[in-house]
Amino acid sequence: MKAKHQRLILALAALVALVGAALLAASALRDEAAYFYAPADVRTKGVEAGKAIRLGGMVVKGSLKHAPDGVTIHFDVTDGKATVPASFKGIAPDLFREGSGVVAEGAFDRSGTFVATNLLAKHDERYMPRELEGMNYNETTHQMKAEQ
Amino acid sequence: MIAEAGLIALWLAFALALLQLTLVGFGLAGGKQELLGSVRPIAVAQGGLIVIAFALLIALFLRSDMSVLLVVNNSHSMKPWLYKFAGTWGNHEGSMLLWVTVMGVAGAAVALFERALRRDTHMATLGGQAAISLGFYAFLLFASNPFARIDPPAADGQGLNPLLQDPGLAFHPPTLYLGYVGLSVAFSFAIGALLTRRVDAAFARAMRPWVLGAWILLTLGITAGSYWAYYELGWGGWWFWDPVENASLMPWLAATALLHSVTVLATRDALRAWTVMLAVIAFSMSMVGTFLVRSGILTSVHAFAVDPERGTFILVLLGFYIGGALALFGWRVGAVREGAPFELVSRETMLVVNNLLLTVILGLVLIGTLYPLMTEAFGHKVSVGAPYFDRIAGPIALILMLVMAAGPLTRWRRDRLSVVARRLLVPAVIAIFAVALLAWVAWGRIGVLPFFGLVVALAVGAGSIAPLWKRNLRRTPLFTYGMVIAHLGCAVSLAGMACDSAFTVEKLAAVRVGDSVQAGDWTLQFNRISPIAGDNWTALQADLEAVRGGGAPVMLHPQSRFFASAATTTTEAALLTRWNGQLYVVLGQEAEDGRWQLRIWWKPFVTLIWLGGILIALGGALALIGRERRGWQLKWRERAAA
Repeated sequence: MKAKHQRLILALAALVALVGAALLAASALRDEAAYFYAPADVRTKGVEAGKAIRLGGMVVKGSLKHAPDGVTIHFDVTDGKATVPASFKGIAPDLFREGSGVVAEGAFDRSGTFVATNLLAKHDERYMPRELEGMNYNETTHQMKAEQ
Repeated sequence: MIAEAGLIALWLAFALALLQLTLVGFGLAGGKQELLGSVRPIAVAQGGLIVIAFALLIALFLRSDMSVLLVVNNSHSMKPWLYKFAGTWGNHEGSMLLWVTVMGVAGAAVALFERALRRDTHMATLGGQAAISLGFYAFLLFASNPFARIDPPAADGQGLNPLLQDPGLAFHPPTLYLGYVGLSVAFSFAIGALLTRRVDAAFARAMRPWVLGAWILLTLGITAGSYWAYYELGWGGWWFWDPVENASLMPWLAATALLHSVTVLATRDALRAWTVMLAVIAFSMSMVGTFLVRSGILTSVHAFAVDPERGTFILVLLGFYIGGALALFGWRVGAVREGAPFELVSRETMLVVNNLLLTVILGLVLIGTLYPLMTEAFGHKVSVGAPYFDRIAGPIALILMLVMAAGPLTRWRRDRLSVVARRLLVPAVIAIFAVALLAWVAWGRIGVLPFFGLVVALAVGAGSIAPLWKRNLRRTPLFTYGMVIAHLGCAVSLAGMACDSAFTVEKLAAVRVGDSVQAGDWTLQFNRISPIAGDNWTALQADLEAVRGGGAPVMLHPQSRFFASAATTTTEAALLTRWNGQLYVVLGQEAEDGRWQLRIWWKPFVTLIWLGGILIALGGALALIGRERRGWQLKWRERAAA
């Protein structure tokens, strides 16, 4: 086989690989583009049960309840426009508190409760999950407001 | 005085880099190769000065000089000395100074130790190194001065982020940076070769040790970072597809591809333009990573400051260097002659496939990392997480591993498919056997990806040793052992990842003092909980007694630490390592009825993940030593003959 043909075949293989990868990324991203939800998005768009998403918002004051098993908690997540019930089994991060921001990874169950498998709270006082930037929780009215 | 001296050293290094660049410009334009004689000492002096500046900053941290703004913001006089020392780079300015220090030291090393390169390309390379350094010196001097004073001095500092207060901080960032920024040498080599139009096998042989060196350190840095995140964050995970982790993975993927293509160029004089392109891409990925981490557009434990001005500065530098290098490549690539041809069934083709797959993974990771930033610019908040990366990178990585097993069993230039297939017989039989065994034992209980991960790990493990089959082991060159060990390391690491996700047993419980809890084969007795105090923290510590089967009990002490200076709590997991896995215990919060939360994992063979990483780096080191030794031997023989 001639060297020219070799190069052609290699170039074609590279092209096929790149186009394939681009298609793969596009299809995966279309699914993932809907990865992060605020409670209002959940209400308007709807999320099917069992689909892995991230739910972000503030933990509603007075909503945090501990289950008798000692390791499960129930709480409500709000963005000021809508509120979603959520549960988490595990050790909550230290900075997970009522009235504080949270990003929960998990999926909705059939009853509409968000079952979190992982909670991302603020690492320290200076850290804010990126998705929650621009959201402010009003301590006195317990309302969310979006920063303009 | 120390801070002023540091700033002066930084300015002098900046001036020397400017001088270095100017001299190289004259030398290249006028064809005066003898100027290399003056460029070299300048590069060495520049490296020395920046090391002095960095040492002075360390001194400021060790002395807790509270008249220096950076020390005030990031240190505390009560910290243990190790964290005062390592805390020097646990902040934005300090880590950027470490960045340019590595850059300067790499430049000095190229000036001192490089002997194989043509004089004009050598000089152009030092010019490239100076050009990149200049931009980052300017960034430090004009936008991130680490030596700025405050008046009046503060009473004490604000302390270091408690998550960073760990021995890992002393090892992970410097090693990572040595690899990350060490890739700048490959970049400068590529610029140099493009400027002098000399891209050939001799150039590749000169560049290879630098690429290998950077790649080894990058591998170690990533491995260390992964283990650190694993035990410090207390989530039991070892990779989170955090943008900052991706920022270190992307240069590694490019450097791995470069490492293989530079070998093709050195051995067979093929893939000339592609190798130069990869050298440019590898360091460009390092700079993109630095931009992502240091610009403040991401928030994570790695991102220290949110300052849009700095982000813009780095973005401009990034556009300038990457754009400049690509423009130079486009302009000069026509002058790079076509390399040697090869047949379709040959090791060259295998390595081209390796490069192709690595580049595809790199592209997919890059897209996934940048996509949220791009959509945010258009007003959408999107996050791309582990599901995306697992789904796309996982399967391609498995295919890549299979090619990795076949590549070393294929001859250079031309081979026959039937012969290669015969050499792959043993690994293939092992793979079929593994599929059958796993399907029988664990079908339906483990996921598809871990299932094939285990199969591929076994097959590739066997395949990676196959090149040693029927060879005289004493006469096999050291770099062949290096390759075998590095490839085996990939299989070992993959086995660890697959075992962790397939067989981990997790137990979550709320227990009273005196109770015991069962996790897998282990029984843990909760003896007591007590307060203890460290240098700048207090903690609640649980005393647990772990027993497996009839074995001797082992004490475990997970903690929940509170740092008053930052008003932060961290979990300190307790780890118990056995040959066949790790027991991982995290102490949670106290429930209202006095029970304590415990999260326990038994992770079979999880340590193989990092053992594999160390093997990969070790393989690289053996290859480096083997190649260098052969170079010296040849030189001595020549001398003896003359």
